[in-house]
Amino acid sequence: MQIMAVNSLGLDKDPSKTRVVVAMSGGVDSSVVAALMHEQGYDVVGLTMQLYDHGEALMKKGACCAGQDIYDARRVADQLGFPHYVLDYESRFKDDVIDDFADSYLRGETPIPCIRCNQTVKFRDMLATAEELEGDVLVTGHYVQRIDGPDGSELHRAVDPGKDQSYFLFATTQDQLDRLRFPLGSQNKEETRCQAERFGLAVADKPDSQDICFVPDGDYAGLVGRLRPGALVAGEIVDIDGNVVGQHNGIVNYTIGQRRGLNIGGSAEPLYVVRLEPANNRVIVGPKSALARSLVYVKELNWLGAPLSADEPGLEVRVKLRSAQAPQMAHVRALSEQHQDRAVIELLEPAFGIAPGQAAVIYDGERVLGGGWIEGAEHLSQAA
Amino acid sequence: MSHYLDHNATTNIRSEVIARMAEVMGQVGNASALHGYGRKAKALVEAAREQVAALVAAPRPQDVIFTASGSEANNMAAHAAPQLAYRPSAVEHAAALQARAEAPPLPVDADGQLDVGGLDLTQALVACQLANNETGILQDPSRLAGQVGYLHVDAVQAAGKIAINMPRLGADSLALSAHKFGGPQGVGSLVIRPGLDMPALIQGGGQERRRRAGTENVAGIVGFGLAAELALRDLETYAQHVRGLRDAFEAGLPDAVQVVGGDQARLPNTSCILVPGKSASILLMKADLAGLAISSGSACSSGKVTQSHVLSAMGIAPKLASTALRVSFGRTSRSEDVTAALAFLRAVLQG
Repeated sequence: MQIMAVNSLGLDKDPSKTRVVVAMSGGVDSSVVAALMHEQGYDVVGLTMQLYDHGEALMKKGACCAGQDIYDARRVADQLGFPHYVLDYESRFKDDVIDDFADSYLRGETPIPCIRCNQTVKFRDMLATAEELEGDVLVTGHYVQRIDGPDGSELHRAVDPGKDQSYFLFATTQDQLDRLRFPLGSQNKEETRCQAERFGLAVADKPDSQDICFVPDGDYAGLVGRLRPGALVAGEIVDIDGNVVGQHNGIVNYTIGQRRGLNIGGSAEPLYVVRLEPANNRVIVGPKSALARSLVYVKELNWLGAPLSADEPGLEVRVKLRSAQAPQMAHVRALSEQHQDRAVIELLEPAFGIAPGQAAVIYDGERVLGGGWIEGAEHLSQAA
Repeated sequence: MSHYLDHNATTNIRSEVIARMAEVMGQVGNASALHGYGRKAKALVEAAREQVAALVAAPRPQDVIFTASGSEANNMAAHAAPQLAYRPSAVEHAAALQARAEAPPLPVDADGQLDVGGLDLTQALVACQLANNETGILQDPSRLAGQVGYLHVDAVQAAGKIAINMPRLGADSLALSAHKFGGPQGVGSLVIRPGLDMPALIQGGGQERRRRAGTENVAGIVGFGLAAELALRDLETYAQHVRGLRDAFEAGLPDAVQVVGGDQARLPNTSCILVPGKSASILLMKADLAGLAISSGSACSSGKVTQSHVLSAMGIAPKLASTALRVSFGRTSRSEDVTAALAFLRAVLQG
């Protein structure tokens, strides 16, 4: 009887014969992953994406096109002694992520460019490059688990709930998942920091990135204004009864559920942004009760579980509607048997502040079954 | 087994040069000092000046100004005549193109030759390469002499590879770099026409006849001088050696691969090829992983591969230009390197 020698990545190959391409951002997590793979004897190749002109993003003339992160990734690769290359994805990142980000805001949505990035340049283009370089797998520093299940690879939440990034990876397709590995998903951040110190990585003390990478100053509206001149037009803030209660300086400055920064006085109860109307250039505000939604419609559904039926009441699941919110109980069903790329999510308890453009990610316990982009939501009592 | 075929980026320092530099580095002495140590250092610098002048047939060694790089020499030249409009050719190295960017570059034709048409350039400072670093295509800047306000020739890629006669070129200045032909990195020179007034770009002490401040890099300059002498001596054997390898490489290329400027006068060591349907940046990574060191166009310091401005100036469509690889041979190259490069190309075209 032959015994299958399976390596730590689940491949029946000697580590030295297994080419592991590591997506290196220059941060602690992906640097540690690369170091771990190298330590385990894999044939490691590091790749870092050049996504935007760093000098341009900072609006500093003459600043280098590459940010510090690319140099940090290169230093780690040099220190450990494996090849590292920079992929010029500037134009595709502009097309697939930055332009989409601006257009989404103009549609009155609240986009998540990090998911679009994972969905396009990272797991479509970088994965293709990893294969061109004869990589057996692409490894990233994401905190999420890929587990071999009875019907193939499954996506699960990270062991460390505080670091779990599964929300941002819902769009990973089954085919991509088969070729990806996430070694950090089974450990917590503290372990990663310790490993960074153990390897003596120059990036061990580097803080985690917080903002959207191509908007280092956090001024999203300013970026949208530069990308789409004339898009930031002042307009009226209107309450749900149609009364003008204030002025706004461009709807891109608002997100559904927002309370702060509206500059409206004289109301007995706090007012929230309940709707954005790009066509009329209006921001609609109302009391918290006006935010309640129990039906959520999603598009571009990526489904990793057993095929979804359109029958009511649907599959019992948990759903996460914002990255920082806890999952809540719901039923999910395909919009129709013909439209498997769209789904209807019925929440058991209403949620407040659901914004189109955000992701709805669907879980069965710890497992990610799939998810989609929120295109609309309504309250069940209003539903026909 | 690894194969280094990127000799236009930099080439091996000759062992004689390393030995001589090591000897000089062991001696103390600032070339500007009055005492014996200083005089000794100064004498070494002056001997090197003669060797460098001889490489380009410059009549007076005192017209050789040592710099820290070819880029610095190109920058100095760009600022030599501020009253003249700066007009580099569109295929110049970034060191010339970006030295003083205020006027549009001068166009080149599909063969990579400067095409000045009916332009009046009597009030222009024109920078023109002798040999292009990416394609190896040679230009004849002497045809511009007398028609332009100031003629600067960037000979960084040509020096040590082909014979250069500066008076015959009619150039006002000529940029050189030691490491392209067996000298050390970090040393270059601007050679100027006798009698030309050259303002200093770097101010400070009065070194290099007040044309370039900074303590002389004595060991580097000595290495530069020796490399220049050896390159001049070996010019024919070098050209024969690298041309043999380059021609064998090009003769063995798969049919799908095109040579840029294949019918043009070129450096004997350079081959710029187009591999239709393949991305040069991916090919470079694959080549590196296979132990083959080649390059493509110009790379940013981050390692990002950018579109070649040279090929686009020659009218090659961006899609095709993005498939360009540069293979450049050197004194230490062997036929095994050619075999390996061809095997690599055949493999990627089959895959």
